[in-house]
Amino acid sequence: MTDLTSLSAADLAALLTSREVSSVEATRAHLDRIDAVDPDIHAFLHVAAEGALASASRVDERRAAGESLGELAGVPIAIKDVLTTNDMPSTAGSRILEGWVPPYDATVVRRLREADLIPLGKTNMDEFAMGSSTEHSAYGPTHNPWDLDRIPGGSGGGSAAAVAAFEAPLALGSDTGGSIRQPAAVTGSVGVKPTYGAVSRYGAIALASSLDQVGPVSRTVLDAALLHDVIAGHDPLDSTSLDETWPSMAQAARAGRTGDALKGVRVGIVRQLAGEGFQAGVKQRFDEAVALLTAAGAEVIEVSAPSFEYAVAAYYLILPAEASSNLARFDSVRFGMRVMPADGPVTSERVMSATRDAGFGPEVKRRIILGTYALSAGYYDAYYGSAQKVRTLIQRDFNDAFGKVDVLISPSAPTTAFRLGEKLNDPMAMYLNDITTIPANLAGIPGMGLPIGLAPEDGLPVGMQIMAPARSDARLYTIGAALERLLEETWGHTLISRAPDLTATEMFASEEGAI
Amino acid sequence: MAAKAALMDYESALAKFEPVLGFEVHVELNTKTKMFCGCANEFGQGANTNTCPTCLGLPGGLPQVNGKAIESSIRLGLALGCEIAESSRFARKNYFYPDTAKDFQTSQYDEPIAFEGSLTIELSSGRQVTIPIERAHMEEDAGKLTHVGGATGRIQGAEHSLVDYNRGGVPLVEIVTKMIEGGEADAPEIGRAYVAAVREIVKALGVSNARMEEGNVRCDANVSLRPRGSNVLGTRTETKNVNSLRSVERAVRYEIQRQAAILDAGGTIVQETRHWHEDTGTTSAGRPKSDADDYRYFPEPDLVPVAPSREWVEELRATLPEPPAQRRARLREAWGFTALEMQDVENSDLLDAVEATVAQGASAASARKWWTGEIARLANAQGVAAEALVAPKHVAELVALVDAGTLTDRLARQVLEGVIAGEGSPEQVVATRGLAVVSDDGPLIAAIDDALAAQPDVLAKIQDGKVQAAGAIIGAVMKAMRGQADAARVRELVLERAGQQ
Repeated sequence: MTDLTSLSAADLAALLTSREVSSVEATRAHLDRIDAVDPDIHAFLHVAAEGALASASRVDERRAAGESLGELAGVPIAIKDVLTTNDMPSTAGSRILEGWVPPYDATVVRRLREADLIPLGKTNMDEFAMGSSTEHSAYGPTHNPWDLDRIPGGSGGGSAAAVAAFEAPLALGSDTGGSIRQPAAVTGSVGVKPTYGAVSRYGAIALASSLDQVGPVSRTVLDAALLHDVIAGHDPLDSTSLDETWPSMAQAARAGRTGDALKGVRVGIVRQLAGEGFQAGVKQRFDEAVALLTAAGAEVIEVSAPSFEYAVAAYYLILPAEASSNLARFDSVRFGMRVMPADGPVTSERVMSATRDAGFGPEVKRRIILGTYALSAGYYDAYYGSAQKVRTLIQRDFNDAFGKVDVLISPSAPTTAFRLGEKLNDPMAMYLNDITTIPANLAGIPGMGLPIGLAPEDGLPVGMQIMAPARSDARLYTIGAALERLLEETWGHTLISRAPDLTATEMFASEEGAI
Repeated sequence: MAAKAALMDYESALAKFEPVLGFEVHVELNTKTKMFCGCANEFGQGANTNTCPTCLGLPGGLPQVNGKAIESSIRLGLALGCEIAESSRFARKNYFYPDTAKDFQTSQYDEPIAFEGSLTIELSSGRQVTIPIERAHMEEDAGKLTHVGGATGRIQGAEHSLVDYNRGGVPLVEIVTKMIEGGEADAPEIGRAYVAAVREIVKALGVSNARMEEGNVRCDANVSLRPRGSNVLGTRTETKNVNSLRSVERAVRYEIQRQAAILDAGGTIVQETRHWHEDTGTTSAGRPKSDADDYRYFPEPDLVPVAPSREWVEELRATLPEPPAQRRARLREAWGFTALEMQDVENSDLLDAVEATVAQGASAASARKWWTGEIARLANAQGVAAEALVAPKHVAELVALVDAGTLTDRLARQVLEGVIAGEGSPEQVVATRGLAVVSDDGPLIAAIDDALAAQPDVLAKIQDGKVQAAGAIIGAVMKAMRGQADAARVRELVLERAGQQ
């Protein structure tokens, strides 16, 4: 039998529907895979083996009883630890929430359960989603399945690595400045940041409210689309949720796989996201992908977005400002860690201070201090106020660009996966890594990251980002799926199938033992 | 306890300084649910029972705006003569304190829902004062802290504090006045009358339960003094949570006298919040407050702007009740009450009840008599609101029965008791208790004759022209009739029978 963990979610779902495979078998296979590879990868902070098998068993019973279930019913999924789950700890990668089991499910988690997906566990992330490498997780970094010495991206490195290491066919991520798309790029997986407001944020532990968006992580464009359809839609519990009827993303992706979807599509290359500072192999693979698009009938032009130059600066004012306020609630009074002051009087203020000092890591403290400063009287206009103006200019740049083209493209990240520790002590270098992904968050538009090859110099995955106008998420899936098909036809295989066999060393060991 | 502050006598203080006032009145709205979540806006089922991830500030919780609270805020803004913003936004006021679950209060800052209004109040002297209103903005209440182990229930000296988040997230409208100058000696009364007028308005609108003793309406009073002849404003103090009309008046007066004594002695006023002590009628220093308090306000990114359409605002304007002051003047005129009688009705909060009773056909005088008299007395004894005791319709019916001579006042009181006891309408009580006045002269004459026969000496006195002696016979007859007789008719008949014998 095929290894169930190597299947896409769509293919696994088909086997489940035809009852050739049970959800318990599929779930067990993924749990075994987690047991085998996660000690090296560390994608998971919590694995809910018993709960997953129990859920899978219930789905099998209902299917056996002839109940008609959703398309992804019985398919396992990993959940980023930023999302609240009422049966698993939800720590957002922080010591301050260690062991905290929320009394409620995030809306997206509730929707997963209602669609009968099987939550396997919670994935690692940079603390409170602050970072691009998962090195800021209080529970240790996640390792890139392509090279264990390298970062899996961040903040959602756990979800991307889990999918890339075949520990789960699907995962949920959250993207504030690239936390879905950049990990997808460096792990050779697919990730989508939907239009701001397309997916509910209720139960997503907030980093920056005006930028955060939950989205799908997968190995194929169609899988991302199937998951997108499950989690998206209006939620009255999130005031910024769009009250909109969405087309089926899965249908959009299937149209891309089958039709002549690229013919006549106007594609814009953002000049500001393609120039200096991009690794040669990244640039090379990007140019090749552009050539494929052109050959398939797309009309590729260069567009300019002059205000993008200020995007990172604006982002690192808006994000810390909102985060400093969002993270104020971690005060030890109602939930989470409580640390008593080492000496002196025990007052609530001093307990709050001691707790936050012990519970937050250095990157979180850095951003809280930045944000507090940016919002301070006398500095507000110069920092937060100016950043909001830049935000408006960036939105204007996108509007102008989308007046000329249907989608915009860029490399998902300037480089392939860098080495663990390489940028940990250089926050600016780490921040600049998100230069390609940040503009979409500032404008609220959707963006997809998908693999377009391996960089010749290091053999590591390179990703392309596709961006579409707000509410045009379906366009990403059609064009993404079309490009995915072109690439696979060119290579004769999927990119992820070239990922290293993580159990190889064990196999060699046993083979050696057998000799 | 702080040392007792020196006070300057009020007249001297006024002679040397001009008081400048400002008020912040918090009105707790009586919506069914809280400002930003679906939890019930009610208390009394045990601490922290009406809570959810949002109002507990749990990670991942998000606010949703209560549409009814917006409606109430707009109506209140309109009743205060304010402009309603075409687009208004919530903002976060950031500060760490355990009663604020998110460690920020969701409030409004530079874009309040209502702004630029005014309210004209009338003082007891007849002087009219127009209070300029800067803004009315929406915000959420904080949780309730109970400090345990301290001597006074204050945080100082407490061993621990308990937090009840049932009140956390309850909708408030904060009404902020502009500077009120020219109040002069009336300043304390202006404070009282202003808060009374706001309270009356929110009650008339039905947007709040408006009970100051329960904290539905809370007043912070700002007072500063300007030396006569100077045009420079003095430093102000803000006396927090003054929770009765009388206290507002007393607190303003106290601060004028206290500040005057300090300034006169060459001292300076510390800009600070002050606590009001109901028992001693004094204020004491709270925390220092400067204009540089930095709450790091910024627009609440979890909520979209509130942009009420002009059509909706106009619809709401059309639902506004008659302004209370105007209504009071109209009713007093229509009812022919003296100022004192009107005050009596208002102070007992019985304007609505009397009006409804009059609308059911009772005379204003009778309605007032019953509501402020017997009904108020019974309500007091039971510790409930008079209006909760009996319906205006039944009071009107009772009045009609008295007017028709079916009941005497004494019988009517018994009928009222029956109505309150749930025995039905006054007519039903009259029927079931058999309480109607005996208007058939037959039984009365028989009883009178019996009484006269039993007291021949009294009969002799009456026949001798000593008419007041008839009282003894009337008493005996009323007793025999078990009160169910009209005393005036009995008297007529007694004299008539005595004359015939």
